[in-house]
Amino acid sequence: MSNFPKDLRYTNDHEWLRDGAHVRVGITQFAVDQLGDVTLVDLPREGDLVTKGQRFGTIESVKSVSDLYAPVSGRVTKINTALKDTPELVNQDPYAGGWMIEIEPSERHELEELLTPDAYDNLVASQG
Amino acid sequence: MTEAPRKRTPLFEAHRQLGARLIDFGGWDMPVQYKAGTIKEHKTGREAVGLFDVSHMGEARLRGPRAAEAVARLTSNDVTGAPVGKAVYTLLCLPHGGIVDDCIFYKRADDDYFVIVNASNTAKDLAWMREQTQGLVEVEDLSDATALIAVQGPKAALMVDELAGGGLIKLPSFSFADATVGGVKCMAARTGYTGEDGFELACAADEAVRLWTALLEAATGLGGLPIGLGARDTLRLESKLPLYGNDIDDTTTPLEAGLGWAVKLDKGDFIGRDALVKQKAHGLGRQLVGFRIDERAIARHGYAIVDRGQPEGEQEIGTVTSGGPGISVPGAIGLGYVPTARAAAGTAITIDCRGKDVPATVVKGKFYTRPKT
Repeated sequence: MSNFPKDLRYTNDHEWLRDGAHVRVGITQFAVDQLGDVTLVDLPREGDLVTKGQRFGTIESVKSVSDLYAPVSGRVTKINTALKDTPELVNQDPYAGGWMIEIEPSERHELEELLTPDAYDNLVASQG
Repeated sequence: MTEAPRKRTPLFEAHRQLGARLIDFGGWDMPVQYKAGTIKEHKTGREAVGLFDVSHMGEARLRGPRAAEAVARLTSNDVTGAPVGKAVYTLLCLPHGGIVDDCIFYKRADDDYFVIVNASNTAKDLAWMREQTQGLVEVEDLSDATALIAVQGPKAALMVDELAGGGLIKLPSFSFADATVGGVKCMAARTGYTGEDGFELACAADEAVRLWTALLEAATGLGGLPIGLGARDTLRLESKLPLYGNDIDDTTTPLEAGLGWAVKLDKGDFIGRDALVKQKAHGLGRQLVGFRIDERAIARHGYAIVDRGQPEGEQEIGTVTSGGPGISVPGAIGLGYVPTARAAAGTAITIDCRGKDVPATVVKGKFYTRPKT
């Protein structure tokens, strides 16, 4: 399982983040494997403020419901509206079509605190 | 304290080789899904044929000259009055009417009954049956010696019939016969827990792999799949089949749960009969109903059903006992207990979904009914 994309950063809660002017956020393949088939993704609205470590949405699979946690603080600038009708994109392509929100970070230093691919790999190895 | 090792069915290795995701299910290492995933497995069960390893379930045999007397005492339905060769769904009740378990009794002869019970209740049920029928009958525990494979879906019955060399397709629903399927001696029952046609096949544990292999080969040729517990749950929920521990337990009665059809108050005495007669006379305070969520949300086991028109502290009027996304039906569906005044079809109810009030509507009958063939 040890091939998490090298160009992303990760959280302990199994979200990924792609750096940029606005950062893009989703959940990892490991999280997807744990959840099984995703049936509903509840996301914030554009313009909402999110706080690092706080809930920004929920994801429901056939069997369970889980919270989604913001990897950094900031303003939501974009949401993946395709997930409303096709939540299965999260299963099919968690790092591309299954992305969830974009955030304009208010505290850029928070990005430094995220896990590197290797560190996340170790975390997953200890949980798997 | 070390965790007790999880129990394995005789098909554990077969599941692992099929790429199953295994979870702890009541102390058993069971496949929750295979590679196809829960949604695909569910649809395959509705459209083609699915194989379910349910060997974790408990089995027992009650035999002897007074077996009928013992079985009649234990069961709410008229098991002993049924013809030989019938499988009868019944409740085992406590004296106060609460449910010890729901199970199926198979009448092999007037003095010989086989029973299949829920996995998580096996030890409790056997102790209960022995305690309540002391001196009447021997209750033989066959749980470890028996494997159970369910074959369900529109292509299931014919597939099993062909593997048996014919003779099974004519069995009516809730009947059973001894048969040889794929070269393995089985008790084949026209029963299931999915709302689909099919068979449940009980065989000797050490023959389970041989039977599974024959079934899987035949099913694969028909577009079938092995199906995990995830889809087993969504299939049974769409067909409004209750799950012990979720929808029914020792605090709920069969009448509240809508299982009155499996309670024969006029068949003679049985454990719990007096309490159920009284409850029927007094009327039910609450009832288990099906509901459909009116918004984009999913209700889960344990969520509160609320009435915000009531004073603070009295707003929780019921509980969701099962819930999830519909797969063969649109929207999210569930079961829950509500006061009888709210139980009529079409009644608007409100469910507290993790702090958010979500509207839902009570619906009558099964969520999914299979198309007539």
